[in-house]
Amino acid sequence: MTNIDPDQIKVILATDCGSTTTKAILIQYVDGEYRQTHRGEAPTTVEKPFADVTMGVVNSVTEIAELADRRLVDDDGRIISPATDTEGCDIYISTSSAGGGLQMMVAGVIAEMTAASAKRAALGAGSIVMDVIAANDGRRPHDQIQRIRDLRPDMILISGGTDGGTTGKVVQIAELVAPAKPQPRFGSDYSMPIIYAGNKDAREAVSEVFDEGGFDLQIVDNLRPVLERENLGPARDKIHDIFLEHVMAQAPGYEKLMSWTGAPIMPTPGAVGDILQTVARLQDINVVGVDIGGATTDVFSVFEKTFNRTVSANLGMSYSISNVCAEATMPNVLRWVPFDMNERELRNHVKNKMIRPTTIPQTREALMFEQAVAREALRLAYKQHKEFATTLKGVQQQRTVGDTFSQQTSGQTIVNNMTLDLLVASGGVLSHAPRMHQTAMMLIDAFEPEGVTMLAKDSIFMMPHLGVLSSVHPKAAEQVFDRDCLVYLGTSVCAAGQPKAGKSCFKYELTGDRTASGEISGGEIQLLPFEEHETGTITLSPARGIDLGEGAGKKVQRSVRGGTVGLILDGRGRSLTLPEERSSCQATVQGWLDALDVYKEETEPVGV
Amino acid sequence: MAKAYTPGLLVTRHKKHRIMRRLPISGDVRVKINDQVNAGDIVAETNLPGNVHPVNLANQMSLPPADVVACMLKAEGDAIALDEPMAQSKGMFGMFKNTVKSRFEGTVETISPVTGQVIIRGAPLPVQVKAYMSGQVVSVSEHEGCEIEADVAYMQGIFGVGGETQGKIRVVGSGHDQELTADLITDDMAGCLIIGGARMTVEAIQRAREVKAAGIISGGIDDQDLKELLGYDLGVAITGRENLGITVIVTEGFGEIAMADRTYAMLREFEGRVASINGATQIRAGVMRPEIIIPLESVPPAANEGQFEEGQLEAGRLLRVIRDPWFGMIGKVSDLPAKPHVLGSGSKARVLEVTFPSGEKAIVPRANVELIEE
Repeated sequence: MTNIDPDQIKVILATDCGSTTTKAILIQYVDGEYRQTHRGEAPTTVEKPFADVTMGVVNSVTEIAELADRRLVDDDGRIISPATDTEGCDIYISTSSAGGGLQMMVAGVIAEMTAASAKRAALGAGSIVMDVIAANDGRRPHDQIQRIRDLRPDMILISGGTDGGTTGKVVQIAELVAPAKPQPRFGSDYSMPIIYAGNKDAREAVSEVFDEGGFDLQIVDNLRPVLERENLGPARDKIHDIFLEHVMAQAPGYEKLMSWTGAPIMPTPGAVGDILQTVARLQDINVVGVDIGGATTDVFSVFEKTFNRTVSANLGMSYSISNVCAEATMPNVLRWVPFDMNERELRNHVKNKMIRPTTIPQTREALMFEQAVAREALRLAYKQHKEFATTLKGVQQQRTVGDTFSQQTSGQTIVNNMTLDLLVASGGVLSHAPRMHQTAMMLIDAFEPEGVTMLAKDSIFMMPHLGVLSSVHPKAAEQVFDRDCLVYLGTSVCAAGQPKAGKSCFKYELTGDRTASGEISGGEIQLLPFEEHETGTITLSPARGIDLGEGAGKKVQRSVRGGTVGLILDGRGRSLTLPEERSSCQATVQGWLDALDVYKEETEPVGV
Repeated sequence: MAKAYTPGLLVTRHKKHRIMRRLPISGDVRVKINDQVNAGDIVAETNLPGNVHPVNLANQMSLPPADVVACMLKAEGDAIALDEPMAQSKGMFGMFKNTVKSRFEGTVETISPVTGQVIIRGAPLPVQVKAYMSGQVVSVSEHEGCEIEADVAYMQGIFGVGGETQGKIRVVGSGHDQELTADLITDDMAGCLIIGGARMTVEAIQRAREVKAAGIISGGIDDQDLKELLGYDLGVAITGRENLGITVIVTEGFGEIAMADRTYAMLREFEGRVASINGATQIRAGVMRPEIIIPLESVPPAANEGQFEEGQLEAGRLLRVIRDPWFGMIGKVSDLPAKPHVLGSGSKARVLEVTFPSGEKAIVPRANVELIEE
């Protein structure tokens, strides 16, 4: 690990070692600001016959070196550091999700309280949570033990009880884990790491339970010291330490890679979470980020400085496409498709995509169907996220007479689409859509933002690299995030409420680099040209009962920014409802797609 | 063990195939290097720790947890039988004693003075690992398992359900494009691997189960039929642990699709021979495909090696399109344009030109084809 003055860092090399591809980027200080200048990629080499992750890293970095005409790897195959004018880098950093990433099991006493906090800590650290064991999870103890035996997590996080509270329940949880003798996923020669982050008074008793051997017990501060407050930092830090010391150390070549990096290697999703938190903090905004992959969908959010991450394990576009269709149901998927499709053929088509996940849609119809599935996968993942990202449950509410008519309970979601400032998309179906209009439309249909929201996509999946960079050099990370990482699609202005079809929903007036004014009717969606680098102010006058950010019927004024798509004015209302009758639904959806020019024919297609 | 996935499924008349047979935990390996084993032979065995049963004695006896230890009639490590007294309260003046009998048989593993909970571990669970493939033991890892090697004909399928099994190959129907229906399956097919041609119907699979066939293999299956067979909609392709009483392997995909000529011809050639099959499919990192392994009695003469390099797309190569609009069609590569094309979907992708037997040509993304070894 290097201790380097951030002001001296002018050349940054970063890699993300994914399951299949290692992606490298070069960041340089150019004309007074940090910019991402070159990128390279190569297959990840963690599996046999290579079994050395650094080979893929060197290959991807060599590609950058050739493009940048800058020597980055020396004759011994090591990354050159520090930088001179013509070679090397000042710091090299990396993330990793190779080998399936970090997989954990968590346990707590009460599912909605300490177990939920433990899950938040694990997810926030970038882990996949395989299961949550709690005293009240509805399973009988021997079923819980059997489940623990069947899982092969990288580590286990145990929480339970507030500091000074009763110790019996959390020790009971430990007594379920110990006899199950769970085996670590990698390597039979190391003990299963257990992190205890529960009631501090139970530490001794818990230590005794795990005394017998086969476990490496690490004790950190209680992650829920009092019901009203979470303290996730120490548990997250310990998860990262163990990830490096045990999990990464088992993976081929990682010991060498760790000796090269100037900051600890982070799990990829943990790094994405960090960059979004950094940006939210520096710009004082609320952010939602989504990464939809073939198998899973990660959703990240920062609302009022509170970070949450969820992983929807079986919502994805290839390996899990069949599960999306099963969970969402086929009629819900098909409501986004403006033409008839044979359901039997469609079911076979979905399964064929599942068993041959690398195929791509060749026809427009196939693309439209996949994007319909993506809307549903994103909608379901966001729903799960909203249910998870809540205020702390179990906190006693003090009520006064004034609260008589607002019976708010603890455990309310903190995700508020009306206060969402920036929605960032990444993952193949969103990032590689042939037209960015399609990405924008998928985001709006699935997430249903309200009021004024900026839409963007991660250009080349650079967020993981910038996440690690934010721990070393937050300023450089933010500059590159804003200038090179994000492709701004535009701003969406979406009416909340149920506008009447054909009647006025809201009036708008745009001033600044471009001027425009008009009226949006209920059920209508419109696209105004508003290009990248254009800015302006929009004044919105909603109809009665319609909210655009200041309350129903109240005028709103906001700064807005253009993008590759433009300014989207959405009068369809929230929550978004589509006609039940199939032909009427098709006509409605076709109208929306036409209005936003979603499937415009740009070039003469071939092969259809 | 199934093989790692490469674009284009492996179908070969001969290969030297090696499999690892491993115990889940340390145990005894019952074979030595150079032993000849049959598919059904047990090569290693062990005992998994028994199931664990927690008993909350503090609750049952209405005692503080710390008092439970003093009431125990059994110590840690003691064996305990079903209904045997496990603990007894002191009672009052030696009377009104409360006795708790064990509801489980096993060994007392722990007695917790903190929670008042007693853990009883049941009898060990025996685990046996069979050879799965007939062949020669070529390496033994003490207490872990062994490797078995054989000269085999080997075929990968695209998707399967059900685990490892063996049986005699029995081809039904008249060709690789004939649907596999229930009427083709007869009572004398018990223990056999039934080979069909094109799509297999759920009625055919049910009939094969009725006659106690070991496996059923054909070109395609309808998703609706799979759902009916499993009783649920398969969301993620991780299979192999289904308890259907039969292993099902689909060689080509979902829908009306005929088995590849070469696969069908090979299975027909080996009719009557015993094969090992495994339906386990895992389509994620570390991909596994279902497999059909036919041990050979003698090594066939070296086949005339194909004129093409393995896995390499070249003009003249036979391939199958694996995505609409030409899903399932077989043709030959007629051109490999270097520049990406804009597809009907609007995406840019690298493509190839394929010529179908009818002479019709089509442009297809390279990601949407699968090579067929000739």
